[in-house]
Amino acid sequence: MGNLIRIRDLTVRFYTYEGVVHAIDDLDLDIRQGETLGIVGETGSGKTMTALAILRLIPYPGRIESGSIVFFDRDLHSEIELLKLSEDKMRSIRGNKISMVFQEPGAALNPVYTIGDQISEVFLLHQRRELGKRANKQVDRLLRDGDGLAASIKRPFWHWQKRLYNKIAQESNPFEPRFLSHVPLFRRLLWRLKNESKLLTVDMLKDVEIPDAARVAVHYPHELSGGMKQRAVIAMALACSPELLIADEPTTSLDVTIQAQMLELFRRIKVEKGASVLFITHNLGVASEVCDRVAVMYAGSLCEVASVEELFLHPSHPYTKALLDSVPMPGKELQTIPGALADPLNPPSGCRFHPRCPSATPVCQQEKAKLKEISKDHMVACHLF
Amino acid sequence: MSDWKFMARQLVKNPLSLAGIIIISIFVIIAIFAPLIAPPPEGHLDHYMIPRDGYSATPKLPSEEHIFGTTEGQYDIFYGVIWGTRSAFRVGLVVIGIVLVTGILLGSLAGYFGGIIDEVIMRITDIFLAFPALILAMAIVAALGPSLRSVMIALTVVSWPSYARLIRGDILQVREEDYIEASRGIGASNFRVIMRHALPNAIYPTLVMASLDIGAVVLTAAALSFLGLGAPEGYADWGQLTSFARNWIVGPSSDPLRYWFAVTIPGLFILFFVLGWNLLGDAFRDILDPRLARR
Repeated sequence: MGNLIRIRDLTVRFYTYEGVVHAIDDLDLDIRQGETLGIVGETGSGKTMTALAILRLIPYPGRIESGSIVFFDRDLHSEIELLKLSEDKMRSIRGNKISMVFQEPGAALNPVYTIGDQISEVFLLHQRRELGKRANKQVDRLLRDGDGLAASIKRPFWHWQKRLYNKIAQESNPFEPRFLSHVPLFRRLLWRLKNESKLLTVDMLKDVEIPDAARVAVHYPHELSGGMKQRAVIAMALACSPELLIADEPTTSLDVTIQAQMLELFRRIKVEKGASVLFITHNLGVASEVCDRVAVMYAGSLCEVASVEELFLHPSHPYTKALLDSVPMPGKELQTIPGALADPLNPPSGCRFHPRCPSATPVCQQEKAKLKEISKDHMVACHLF
Repeated sequence: MSDWKFMARQLVKNPLSLAGIIIISIFVIIAIFAPLIAPPPEGHLDHYMIPRDGYSATPKLPSEEHIFGTTEGQYDIFYGVIWGTRSAFRVGLVVIGIVLVTGILLGSLAGYFGGIIDEVIMRITDIFLAFPALILAMAIVAALGPSLRSVMIALTVVSWPSYARLIRGDILQVREEDYIEASRGIGASNFRVIMRHALPNAIYPTLVMASLDIGAVVLTAAALSFLGLGAPEGYADWGQLTSFARNWIVGPSSDPLRYWFAVTIPGLFILFFVLGWNLLGDAFRDILDPRLARR
């Protein structure tokens, strides 16, 4: 299996009033096709920033300083350098080929639109051709089956609609429908597009196991429970069958029973849609449940990448070991990692972890360790290896 | 369509907003049917000019011929307040309409994009806000020459900055919300994010302020007319009618309330107009914002 995403030397900095924040430093990471890659790390270790960098949505005053993010497009069978793409092209990728599920399902839904409105927006943005085709079929059926006086009056309108939908289905951005969609009364001619997108939306909601999907679609976000909202957000992210689904702590704000359901949902989606998932979490238990491989991040740089079993059975980086030790377990005294998370304004020299590392050596202070493969598929950035 | 039904029910449920709707509806009917309620006399060229019955300064008491009496200069008060409703709507709606469009446009640009765009737009609003509003409006009307049109221009110029400010503040707050980022995450353009996601969440305070301000604008326009800086003399305008009554607020010492109608009737029209919009302002918020409404 090839790589879906190849990140090399990614550096993200925030130019704040107090100084330059080194959010991500020289990150190398691959996401393989069809896998679930987990990113674990403490708060502020750069997990979310890595995800936002892939979508090129780093908020102001942050900037992607250098590096490359290559995305392999399955449909086009070509590699795309995301960081060099124009904003227009990037927009056609966001939500379409790469989409994101945000941490707080309540906050990620716009409170003034119904669930159905918000999901159908994704279809209207990215799948106009598909919608055009479907609407065309509807009009065809009307033209074929319609009889009686009303139908013969409406027939010229249907022909016009058919022509418009044909154009939408064929061209990428045809002039006539685009123009009409800005003219108040004529906009109504294109209502079938919206209608079709609503139908697709209901299918999508059924797909994420929302009972009574047609009814839920007309609800506003605040009328749904947390689990339902998260399902709706996932449906929105999956609407266009993306190749990469980025899930930013999708279970953090849910209670445990719902969490389990969500993890199950993610697993099923991955199998059914063949999407890769980038699963960001600070919960090691959750990571061990859903991920194929896990990457551990500390203060903006990568410590260790390995398959789940390898990482949990043979953690090699001192930080990974410390992190695993600090997972609470019955009958074991809880360990903490001494010291505080590295200050991103003045990160420690050399290895970011050396001030807190039990096995630090003088060289750790001076040099940053490179990622080394210590066994098959197990990469560690540490001078000990 | 159930949304419309829902809105209607919501409006009717609150007695205060119902009162607002009734008051404003009455004014709308008055404005539409002004030619039927107060038919202009034969051969009267400009319908907005109040017909006068002589040139005497002393107001005449209400009678068969003049239901609300006449004011200084023998202008018919009834005709003036009926046709003045049209002027009030024109001033209020036109000014607030233009102000809303400019304010929303500039405010959302400033708030959403931030940085240098924000700096430039906000410093310009600061310049406008640095002048006392009424004084600036008076200066503009004086410079343009007194007419209803200059009053509208002056009021637009003095009131757009506060709208730009208000919208900017709300957009600043909304743009940090996750759903804005999420909408960028599904590939929406900046324009779409502003129009479809940021503004609908940020606009309620502004809409409420706008409907309150329709009243306030009419009040200020009346004040300018009262100061003699508004419509030309004899133009149907509530402010001007109160201005005519300026010398007749207190009658002769034997009967101080003799000319009560001259100032009270146009005053009541202004009062109810402003009150109606204020009541409607809160109703707007209650019905438009789904978060507040659908409980």
